[in-house]
Amino acid sequence: MSQPSKPQGRRFQLPEHLKVYQGVWVIIEQERGQVHSVSWELVGEARKLADKLGVEVGAVVLGAEGPDLNRICGESFGYGADVVYKVTHPCLKDYRTEPYSKVMTEVVNTYKPEIVLLGATTLGRDLAGAIATTLTTGLTADCTELDIYAENRSLAATRPTFGGTLLCTIQTLAYRPQMATVRPRVMAMPDRDDARVGRVIEVTPTLVEDEIVTKVLNFIPDSAQNEAQLAFADVIVSAGKGLGKPENMKLVWDLAKVLGAEVGASRPLVQAGWVGNDRQVGQTGKTVRPKLYIAAGISGAIQHRVGMEKSDLILAINTDPNATIFDFAHYGIVGDALKILPALTEAFSKKLAVNRMAS
Amino acid sequence: MHIVVCIKQVPDSAQIRIHPVTNTIMRQGVPAIINPYDLFSLEEALRIKDATGARVTVLTMGPPMAEAALRKALSFGADSAVLLTDRKFAGSDTLATSYALTSAIRKLEEEEPVSIVFCGKQTVDGDTAQVGPGICTRMGLQQLTYITKIEDVDLKTNQITVQRRSEGGVQVLKTSMPCMITMLEGTNTIRFGTMDDMFRAARTPLKVWNKDYCVDDENKVGLKGSPTVVSKVFVPKPRAERAKFIEVDGGDPVALAAAAVDTVFTVQPKLAADLLGAAAAGH
Ligand SMILES: Cc1cc2nc3c(=O)[nH]c(=O)nc-3n(C[C@H](O)[C@H](O)[C@H](O)COP(=O)(O)OP(=O)(O)OC[C@H]3O[C@@H](n4cnc5c(N)ncnc54)[C@H](O)[C@@H]3O)c2cc1C
Ligand SMILES: Nc1ncnc2c1ncn2[C@@H]1O[C@H](COP(=O)(O)O)[C@@H](O)[C@H]1O
Repeated sequence: MSQPSKPQGRRFQLPEHLKVYQGVWVIIEQERGQVHSVSWELVGEARKLADKLGVEVGAVVLGAEGPDLNRICGESFGYGADVVYKVTHPCLKDYRTEPYSKVMTEVVNTYKPEIVLLGATTLGRDLAGAIATTLTTGLTADCTELDIYAENRSLAATRPTFGGTLLCTIQTLAYRPQMATVRPRVMAMPDRDDARVGRVIEVTPTLVEDEIVTKVLNFIPDSAQNEAQLAFADVIVSAGKGLGKPENMKLVWDLAKVLGAEVGASRPLVQAGWVGNDRQVGQTGKTVRPKLYIAAGISGAIQHRVGMEKSDLILAINTDPNATIFDFAHYGIVGDALKILPALTEAFSKKLAVNRMAS
Repeated sequence: MHIVVCIKQVPDSAQIRIHPVTNTIMRQGVPAIINPYDLFSLEEALRIKDATGARVTVLTMGPPMAEAALRKALSFGADSAVLLTDRKFAGSDTLATSYALTSAIRKLEEEEPVSIVFCGKQTVDGDTAQVGPGICTRMGLQQLTYITKIEDVDLKTNQITVQRRSEGGVQVLKTSMPCMITMLEGTNTIRFGTMDDMFRAARTPLKVWNKDYCVDDENKVGLKGSPTVVSKVFVPKPRAERAKFIEVDGGDPVALAAAAVDTVFTVQPKLAADLLGAAAAGH
């Protein structure tokens, strides 16, 4: 893994018969009519890759026929797809590996896309691992950056490795399609243009429920109230070990309340049980990209950084002027978070009150 | 019943450092551990063993030193261990790794059919979460990833019921064995082995298998059998500029906070409106 390979030999040349593979596909993840936002982020990214290659963007929408599915097909065009492969069958109502991977293998083998992208979610990683095997091709997991190498028109998929201390760029040169799963919230959400239209290719696979071994007995939804919506928050106030003791978390919650923000945390706080694990930001937690990220008492370790460095504006508070977080925050306050946080709460609420009267 | 648990020996990533000049990983002195995610699967396998009397085999592909990982797994309570080791396996990506591991499991099946293959959710070094689904697909097993709970294993009907984490909730799935399971982290805690297990772990002979013993097609392992090519390894580039410090005379927190708020709204003029919207939405 550590040495770049020299480009020679049959692992590096695309065989003639695979040159017919064309187009950039995104598998749209929909569960119970809800599309995971990473799918739209990927359609936006696929648009850029396809424009570089001069090919079309295909969106694959799988599920049971119905109004939800039709709406999702329309939205796929809005976000940038040229073609929608609408794959419908009652057996595809809920996600299950067996029917989904069978159908996806057939669709890929029929329409031959050169690139297939999925979200690095529980569905995406489950499905991608299965079909990369049936298709006998390369798959790069959990990418944070995608590009096209002009010289050989191939996908360059970059991902963190060894806990984010290194990045590596991986390519699939002699096999097709080239597959990658991408972390949610790493690619920007594209604007939707509801006037955009495209072609729909209807695919009706042959599936027989009796032949599918795994049955979905039940679905227990997470109670929406308990789950922090960190990944989608516009503002996050995040706390680290510098807060000292659990009682001081109140200062963070107070500021978050004034800002209508979510509360995030570094891993040690989650491990100590100060906040729930759905609030952890970082490599083993959530990737976030809010408009404002306030980091209080966080040192800025690489595993934390990879989860939040794409935030529009990072304001860090730390007593140590040499803390790593100041290497990548936009603005820094050297000071005691226990004093600065309440002062910020006060200052923001005053400022917002003035703006409120003005509007 | 026979259960196979795939484990991998990995460097303890908490202790990995990058050489400041050459930008390469400094492995010297970094202790090797069992991939932490694999322990949740091993514990679950041992619980099924407790309940049903199943036999648990641990399997790893790696260099000879991976023996230590297998002995550790035996000391937790696994019954036997297979070390798949051959220089020809070096450089395998996930497709090639899953091929080699599948070949070894097929070899094990010549003695007794395997009902469940457990893998870790992912490794901390490869971090792909692909090897499990790869083995599963090659063997035609039922695929059960991100499992939070095994509700029931019914040996009479050969059925298994599990809870699977998915976006926005938990799926309750019922399927037939043989199946492949990856456990979600935090779902259990690996036990301390008994004194007996520890003595047994030191004595148990390992099955050490090479490529010729279990692999049919040597073009499918190692670099040759790996579609992916690592074209570049690099250290994330540091951002060009450091943070601008917000400073006030005397460092009074109230004055600092006011200056910070002014700065935030100056560089992000649209933010104020967004914040008012969010606060009004009743967060
Ligand atoms: C495999 C792996 C995965 C990991 N994944 C993650 C992850 O997803 N997310 C994550 O966050 N971490 C993760 N970590 C842990 C990470 O390496 C760091 O240990 C962690 O981020 C440090 O948390 P911290 O900044 O809160 O604590 P510390 O590093 O202890 O930093 C505390 C900071 O607070 C400052 N401080 C002290 N007192 C005050 C005060 N009164 N006011 C203001 N500042 C003060 C200190 O100067 C210091 O900079 C992972 C580690 C490993 C090995
Ligand atoms: N070399 C290996 N030997 C045994 N099991 C492995 C090996 N590599 C991966 N695995 C298994 O596959 C899981 C997923 O690995 P990965 O695809 O590398 O994230 C691991 O948690 C292990 O259970």
